Amino acid sequence: MKVRVLVRLKPGILDVQGAAVQRALAGLGFADVRGLRVGKLVEVDVDAASAAEARARVDEMCKRLLANTILEDYTIESETGDRLAPPGAVR
Amino acid sequence: MRFGVVVFPGTWSDCDFHYVISEVLKQPVKYVWHRDRNLTDLDCVVLPGGFSYGDYLRAGAVAGRSPVVEALPEFIAGGGVVLGSCNGFQILCEAGLLPGALMRNECLQYRCQSTHLLVENVETTFTRALRPGQVLTMPISHGEGKYHADPETLRTLRQQNRVVFRYATAEGKVTRAANPNGSVENIAGIVNEEGTVLGLMPHPERAAESAMGGTDGLSIFHSLLGSLVEDGTFLKR
Repeated sequence: MKVRVLVRLKPGILDVQGAAVQRALAGLGFADVRGLRVGKLVEVDVDAASAAEARARVDEMCKRLLANTILEDYTIESETGDRLAPPGAVR
Repeated sequence: MRFGVVVFPGTWSDCDFHYVISEVLKQPVKYVWHRDRNLTDLDCVVLPGGFSYGDYLRAGAVAGRSPVVEALPEFIAGGGVVLGSCNGFQILCEAGLLPGALMRNECLQYRCQSTHLLVENVETTFTRALRPGQVLTMPISHGEGKYHADPETLRTLRQQNRVVFRYATAEGKVTRAANPNGSVENIAGIVNEEGTVLGLMPHPERAAESAMGGTDGLSIFHSLLGSLVEDGTFLKR
C-alpha cells in the first residue's frame, strides 16, 4: 500500500530555507508571496492488509525516524491524497 | 584510558580524533565501525564530525539509529563516557541521548571559522580541568549547527547547569554577534544529566597542537583523563 508522508517544520520555528526561497521568488517578480515554507515528501510502499494497518506502521516510522518531532510535524496521506491519519493524532 | 572513534560512512573527523588521541595524548585508541555493537573494551566513545550516511533525511538522523549508537545507552549506564562533536552532537540529539535538535544555520551559510566558547560548567567529566568563566578558542565547521530546544527543555538545562559552552566574544560576553549559527541562547555544547555525555558543535580535535593555531581543545581531553580514577571509573560531579 502506497502512503505519502508530508514532513514540515512546526509553526513558529523559523524556516530559513523557506525565507531564502521566498526572497528569490520576490527577485523574480513574485512580490505577492505572503509566506513560504519548505517541507519534505516521503513516499512509502508498505506491505499492509488495510489502510489502517498501513497508517499505523507509517505513523510508527514517522515517530522513530522519518520526522524529528522536536522540530517537525507530519501528516500521513494515502496515495490518492486522502488523509489516513485520524484527526488530532498527527498534524 | 581506552578510546573508540566511531566511523560511519561519511565521517570525516575520525582520523583527526585518532591522531590527537594516539599522537598528542599517547592514549590507546581504535576505530569502531558503525555496525559494531561491542563497546566493552572502551572507556570513551567519540562520535566525530562529518556527514554520516550523507546526512540524508536530517543531519545525524540515520546514524542516530545505527547499531553502534543503539549500544550507547548500555555503555553509558555501565560508566562509559561519550563525546560527540559536530555531526556527533547532531547524532546524539537525533538518538535522544541529549535533548533538543540541531537545525540549519540561521545565516544559511556553512560556517568554517574560529569561535570563542564561554565555559559555564566545570563539574563535568569533560570540563574538570577548566575554570568557570574561562574562554576557549575552537573552530566550527558546519551548516546545521543551530541548537533548538523548547522553553521547558531550556529551563531544565539551565536548572541542571547542563549548558557547558556558549558562543561568546573573546572577552567571554555572550552576544548575538558572537553567535555564528543562531543557536538559542548561544548554546554550543550541552551534557546529559550525569555529565558523562557531551555534545558540542565546535571541533576540539582541530585545536590540539600549536601548529593548528591553538591547543584549547586539549583541555577537554585533559579533563577526561584527569577524571579517570584508579579503579577505571570516572569521577562524577
